[in-house]
Amino acid sequence: MSKTRYSAFKVLKEALTGHKGWEPTWRDAEPKADGYDVIIVGGGGHGLATAYYLAKNHGITNVAVLEKGWIGGGNVGRNTTIIRSNYLLPGNEPFYELSMQLWENLEQDLNYNAMVSQRGIMNLIHSDAQRDAFIRRGNAMLFADAGCEFIEAKEVKERYPFLDMDNPRFPIKAALAQPRGGTVRHDAVAWGYARGASDLGVDIIQNCEVTGFNIENGKCLGVQTSKGEIKAGRVGVCVAGSSGRVMAKAGIKLPIESHVLQAFVTEGLKPVMDNVITFGAGHFYCSQSDKGGLVFGGDIDGYNTYAQRGNLPVVEDVCSGGMAIMPSIGRARLLRMWGGIMDMSMDGSPFIDSTEVDELYFNGGWCYGGFKATPASGFCYAHLLATNNSHEVASAYKLDRFRRGAIIDEKGVGAQPNLH
Amino acid sequence: MIINHPLLGPRDSEEFVYLGSTDLINRPTNWEEEASAEDFYQYQYIRDNIAGDHQELWYHEQGDQSWLVVSRNTLTHEITKVELAQDVARTMGRGK
Repeated sequence: MSKTRYSAFKVLKEALTGHKGWEPTWRDAEPKADGYDVIIVGGGGHGLATAYYLAKNHGITNVAVLEKGWIGGGNVGRNTTIIRSNYLLPGNEPFYELSMQLWENLEQDLNYNAMVSQRGIMNLIHSDAQRDAFIRRGNAMLFADAGCEFIEAKEVKERYPFLDMDNPRFPIKAALAQPRGGTVRHDAVAWGYARGASDLGVDIIQNCEVTGFNIENGKCLGVQTSKGEIKAGRVGVCVAGSSGRVMAKAGIKLPIESHVLQAFVTEGLKPVMDNVITFGAGHFYCSQSDKGGLVFGGDIDGYNTYAQRGNLPVVEDVCSGGMAIMPSIGRARLLRMWGGIMDMSMDGSPFIDSTEVDELYFNGGWCYGGFKATPASGFCYAHLLATNNSHEVASAYKLDRFRRGAIIDEKGVGAQPNLH
Repeated sequence: MIINHPLLGPRDSEEFVYLGSTDLINRPTNWEEEASAEDFYQYQYIRDNIAGDHQELWYHEQGDQSWLVVSRNTLTHEITKVELAQDVARTMGRGK
């Protein structure tokens, strides 16, 4: 087990003594015969964060995280690494702001370098109506202490001369920025939470696929896995992207469709973009990694799929979105493109809730905004698993909200998952 | 993906707009009854979200504007069957 404290002194000491003192970052465990108080299904960012906060905030350390493949091999390693808390609706904004505050203290909390970079995010505005809508959103952000900055076109041009301000169809009129937004090294988030959880006694069990749930008289008693049955006092499913497949094993249908979102990175370029920029008229978002690659993405492909690859029409759509705001991107060559599976919910907002089966809990429906939510998702899911009550800022994320008419539809498109 | 349109032959999926599962054909008809709220909730919001063979509705917006039922595997994207949605709806006993 790693109890090593990382510091500049430790790096120096190891450098001078032949790097013989480093230990594995976290402990690779096998299932305990007598089971666990809590089993988390899914060793992604959200699952590992949940385990960490269960142990740290609630003192529940007899916890296992079960991962089908290897930890961090799913969506936490497939996103475009953007963090922000620039939401409009009261059900969402306080939650994402809690997440942002947790990001701000993440590295000190975990003693792990996750390269949290608050380089700022800038949403471009292309019409008068959009300006009104964004000012409204900015006010909602100010109410939640998320902070925001309205930037007039002249200043946008000065800061980012490569933007096509006078595009005939999508001229840039202004921008709404959140200076506290930015990017995080996504894999390090999984590794940092894994290390933190493991140090507190959590078992991280890889190559352990959940194949079924042991449910008797409406109560979940444990899970069946590729490594045998494991008993649990409480089971928390946290497998966004595969939620439909996993929850079907418990006989639960969800207000979710699975869709593929593609992401792209160019070859390494000289520094050009010191923040995150998003296109307001289409769907395109871009930042530059520390290695120099422009990391960008856009819309989901739009049809149900569990295949982690997309089709060419959306590649063209995303790239034309990029060309509309920064034509110079056309000279960059793509290095890689990939796809990840999204839980697209019926209103574009997630779920952190109990289910109709006792002691079985569900976290999912993150659409394509799950990465930025990782700390708050873990924080609030741990709160729910420990206390059986929703955390204050996640109290709107109920599975039955459609039945009650209490939808949280940021985009206002209704029950049309491929449009959120 | 290439969708083999029953009337027009193979067409690029880019010409189509996707709606969702063919379950959406079966809109509840009991809207006048009190109990229909639950049926409409299930129809509108709850999905089977199948991993495997999936029957789904595609609209040929940039073509002949017909609705198609496409049988497609959601794990491989392989399309095995394409029918006119009106034919499928009739076999389900719907009016059109």
